[in-house]
Amino acid sequence: MLFTTSRFIFFLLGVILIYQLLPQKFRWIWLLLASYIFYCFSGIKHLIYITVTSLSTYLASIMLDKLQKEQASYLKENKESLSREERKAYKAAMKSRQRRWLVLCMLLNFGILAVLKYTDFMIANINGILDIAGSKRQLAFMNFVLPLGISFYTFQTMGYLIDVYREKYPAEKNPFKLALFTSFFPQLIQGPINRFDELKESLFAGRKLTINNVSFGTQRILWGFFKKLVIADRLLVAVSTIIHNTDEYQGVYVLVGMFFYAITLYADFTGGIDIAIGVAEIFGIPFRENFERPFFSKSIAEYWRRWHISLSSWFRDYMFYPISVSKPMLDLSKFCRKHVGDWLGKRIPIYLASIIVWFTTGIWHGAAWNFVVWGLLNCLVILVSQECTPLYEKFHNRLKVGNSFWYRMFQVLRTFWLMSFLRTLDCYQNVGLTFKMYSTIITRFNLMELFRGGLMKLGLTRYDYIVLVPAVCLLLLVSLTGRKGSVRKQLSAKPVMVRYLVYFAIFLAVLILGAYGVGYDSSQFIYSRF
Amino acid sequence: METVLEILRGLHPEIDFESCDSLVDDKIIDSFDIVSIISDLNDEFDITIPAEEIVPENFNSAKAIYAMVERLMEE
Repeated sequence: MLFTTSRFIFFLLGVILIYQLLPQKFRWIWLLLASYIFYCFSGIKHLIYITVTSLSTYLASIMLDKLQKEQASYLKENKESLSREERKAYKAAMKSRQRRWLVLCMLLNFGILAVLKYTDFMIANINGILDIAGSKRQLAFMNFVLPLGISFYTFQTMGYLIDVYREKYPAEKNPFKLALFTSFFPQLIQGPINRFDELKESLFAGRKLTINNVSFGTQRILWGFFKKLVIADRLLVAVSTIIHNTDEYQGVYVLVGMFFYAITLYADFTGGIDIAIGVAEIFGIPFRENFERPFFSKSIAEYWRRWHISLSSWFRDYMFYPISVSKPMLDLSKFCRKHVGDWLGKRIPIYLASIIVWFTTGIWHGAAWNFVVWGLLNCLVILVSQECTPLYEKFHNRLKVGNSFWYRMFQVLRTFWLMSFLRTLDCYQNVGLTFKMYSTIITRFNLMELFRGGLMKLGLTRYDYIVLVPAVCLLLLVSLTGRKGSVRKQLSAKPVMVRYLVYFAIFLAVLILGAYGVGYDSSQFIYSRF
Repeated sequence: METVLEILRGLHPEIDFESCDSLVDDKIIDSFDIVSIISDLNDEFDITIPAEEIVPENFNSAKAIYAMVERLMEE
């Protein structure tokens, strides 16, 4: 069930109504039931996967908890009798036992994700190799249908298990509460990837609905609908036209496609997250923010601290840090420092961990080589930028451009175009084709076509542009306003008439200006692979 | 403590690490810096800082970093 459907609105209203009628202690149970009902809309048979993930994580986390309590009790009882070495050896042995449960559960759940998401990718590559080797044999594709949100909930639940392993908090004793954390319906479609300790208090509390939460949550949902229906779904038509007719739309159209795709993706993704966060907010559950005005970033590294924050922080905390400070990596670093030099020795853990993380980030986004290339190019740009930092600082000191408005504007625009350039790999979904289209920007540069009505040949009418331009300007204005703090709070400080005029205008805009109908569905276009 | 301050100053000589207590929260040091700091701390103090110690509370100030180091040296 997609967010931007009347079915979802009726479903949500039903969930809210029953939630409000139930006694407090049953409310979280109702949210769990509602989440499973929501999940059934995407296919009842897929329930098995999310249930297996939830149950296996529960069992593994209980085992970890049991071993940790056993360790704490043993060390306490034998505090005086154990030497320091004996204590260390005992702890290492217990950690090893815990690691086995952790690894087993991770293998199961990441294994399920890998099989369902990447089998056909592997088959395509094997078939390619067979073809190159001259064999006529081709393996048949499995065509697995991805269960809803598997990329999100698997990561979210494994993050919980790793936190329990790290003794960040004790395991959740109630399997149904863990099931709710895994399957809570607002987070299934586009995330965010939440953290258990940030949600557990509010998720299971059954807090009563307050006017503030319902009002702010509804505003956020409305804003998400506006971004998705008025901007994203409309602009997608033009993006689709450009990328599916590569013979006809080259040169300047590639730049137009790049620009439009950047806006479509931003509007759709942040719109979906607004709806997810808004729905959770109605129930008094604070999801973490997933975006922080990413297009105002002045570097790629900063962009990735502001875009899809829950995913990049997941990779940082559960992959980058463990890999870069692991024993094998530290040993390799020592070896390099001894035999090659300090310069390489210090960088090796960071470089290798970054490459692994960005490879995985790429492959998480999609089972195809263009995503891998996209991920690794992001990595390259970040590492090169890191190495060039001393050069940039010399440049700033020489020319004293520093923090001037124009230089900051240059940095913002440079980052926007660089990210949009890289994202084109996501757009054309074929590495060779993408680079071919990049080359036409120079070889077939046809800027004049834009002035000869080129923009009218992309499937959008004059009416669409009349809607899009102010809508995107409003998006920019809201983002600029957001730098000073919550836009909803700032709005709530305005006179009642002004507030309700704004809410009504946005509501009307969604109703009248929303792009409805077959073919106008950016979520299906962008998110079917998750 | 002086060793910790030297390691931090080696990365960002322009920052006053003695008084700053929001190194991670204010994004003064990033994830690359943290890995670099850990590598130097491991060498200087002959400890092994595991990934689970990488939380803002342990890296927000030079004092917090030193407290973590002392704790790991005792374990």
